[in-house]
Amino acid sequence: MSRQAAVESSSSWRLSDRLGLAFAWFLGLLFCVICAAIVIYLLFQGIRYISPNLLWTNPKVGTTQNETGGFLAPMIGTLLVTAIAMALATPIGVGIAVWLSEYGRPRALARVVDSTVEMFAGAPSIVLALFGLILFRASFLGFLTEKNGGVVYGKGFFPAGAMLSLLALPLVVTSVREGLAAVPNHVREASYALGKTKIATIRRVLLPAVRPDIITGSMIGAGHAIGDTAIIVFLLGDTYVLQGVGNVPLLGTLRGTGSTLTSYVFDNAPTGDLNQPNKAFAAALVLLVIVLVINVFVDIFGRKARELKWT
Amino acid sequence: MTVEDPLLLLHERERLSQDQRAELWLGALVCGVIVLLLAMVVFILAQAWPSFAHNGLHWFGSGGNVDQQIEAIFNSSNNLHRAVYTFHAWPLIWSTILTTVGASVLAFVTSLFIAIFLVEFAPAPVQRVLEPVVRVLASVPSVIYGLIGVLVVVPFIDNQLVTQAENASVEPVISLTGGSLLAAVVILTVMISPIMISIFADGLRAVPRNWIEGSLALGVNRWRTFWNVAVLSARPALVAGVVLATARALGESVMLSMVSGSIGFSPNPIDGLIFFFEPSRGLAATILHNTEQLSSPPMEHTLFAIAAVLLFSSLMLSVTGWATKRPITRYFLIGGVSR
Repeated sequence: MSRQAAVESSSSWRLSDRLGLAFAWFLGLLFCVICAAIVIYLLFQGIRYISPNLLWTNPKVGTTQNETGGFLAPMIGTLLVTAIAMALATPIGVGIAVWLSEYGRPRALARVVDSTVEMFAGAPSIVLALFGLILFRASFLGFLTEKNGGVVYGKGFFPAGAMLSLLALPLVVTSVREGLAAVPNHVREASYALGKTKIATIRRVLLPAVRPDIITGSMIGAGHAIGDTAIIVFLLGDTYVLQGVGNVPLLGTLRGTGSTLTSYVFDNAPTGDLNQPNKAFAAALVLLVIVLVINVFVDIFGRKARELKWT
Repeated sequence: MTVEDPLLLLHERERLSQDQRAELWLGALVCGVIVLLLAMVVFILAQAWPSFAHNGLHWFGSGGNVDQQIEAIFNSSNNLHRAVYTFHAWPLIWSTILTTVGASVLAFVTSLFIAIFLVEFAPAPVQRVLEPVVRVLASVPSVIYGLIGVLVVVPFIDNQLVTQAENASVEPVISLTGGSLLAAVVILTVMISPIMISIFADGLRAVPRNWIEGSLALGVNRWRTFWNVAVLSARPALVAGVVLATARALGESVMLSMVSGSIGFSPNPIDGLIFFFEPSRGLAATILHNTEQLSSPPMEHTLFAIAAVLLFSSLMLSVTGWATKRPITRYFLIGGVSR
């Protein structure tokens, strides 16, 4: 890099400046060490306890760690709940981002929407979980979850996925907005000049152009949704196996309760109900690998988004 | 035909072009999200009201043992005519304040230095390593931090830092098991600093290069230049990072419920060193801790009251951040937040 071409020696600096620089170096390296320690420790402990068996069996009730089965059901649970969350958050997030950066009128409404999205980003997930609990207990939403007589429990994959989508929404919106802001105006004008309407321009020109941003945003959002525990503990029922409702294959499962890897780790930690640290480590390793893979994808698509240069 | 003719209006509506219809649909979607936020605030406040109404301002005060109060509230559901609501949440609020402020201040200082290092002073290979490291740490689920905390940090504090004498001195009141304020603050700091670092670094990178070069050309050394020019003009990004990370710390429930000792006790700074080893439990962690007890109506109102306080604090945090960012951005038209 050119800016490092002529680095001056810090020996002529004042002592306070040199201390500051040393402190920055120290903290930067310490940060790397902490991260490496966390990842290596988890890899070490996880690989020690993980076995293919764990990945293929469901959790069972048992007294020793050999009898309690693996975590197939939580893995499927993670997959399903994240899929629901992203299926909701991606279109809604793209819609909001498009409205904010392409329409955004009246201005006052745009400002309110902007702060609303910001507030969802700042809202604690446990508050979202409690909100979901009241929302999905309403009887008109009862068809989404298990009903017993007139009582709606409001727990299941749909409520959990819906609330997780609120968690992921701000990330999608921010990413897509940044992408749209990077598209220069003359691109839009070229499309208008060809007689395209605004919505046609958005659909045929802008959205394809920001596709890498959409993918990056929803990947980051999915990463957050996968990592959340509070919403899962409250809204997914936290049952060990997937307990479907009714006989329809997939829909029944989705209406029923289950658990995810995060709630599995939470329950199996020494502070949880089950206290099986070995299982917790193995599940945490799987969780970490999923998160790392998502990160790699974010990296790839993020680079693609930045590569797209407009002239 | 008059203008008020409904048929004509209908006709008029049909003539809306596809373009206008799309705008209306998107506008409706956007309004739906606003309604959802309002509904959240209203529902939670409505559910929380009985608890606030019974306790008044004493809700925020101290008095009695919080854990015993929670148990009494839970058990009172058997006798609906005598529902108990007495709840003095100060220990929980104090714990939340301590962990949130402690972790935010610690994370702010370290993140600022690390961000400066990352943007300006790190050699290219270190930079290439550090950037993905920050991103990975930011996306590690909090439950994993909690697991590491409860299996590594908590036993370490218990075995290495807490002495027998210290444990004996507080014996009648609490036992120091390692789940402590120290563990909570340290792990929370590690958890939220990646968020701060990435936002700070974006802000510092957005500072125009010629401002820095101008300062360098005047003979100011690199450290001082960066400190006085780049950091000052990236202040909006610093505020944005602090707000986002503090909101995360405030709402953190899972990790804190695992490492903070999970006892409704308010750590007392007068205790000296032991202060850092004392257990506590924050507001968010209390909600998670009592998940099973939501079946009891008085308990439900109490937990929603806690949630209302959390929601209000996080909204206030957003507003404060917005209010401090605005005057700064008005004079410094650059910054990390490229909106």
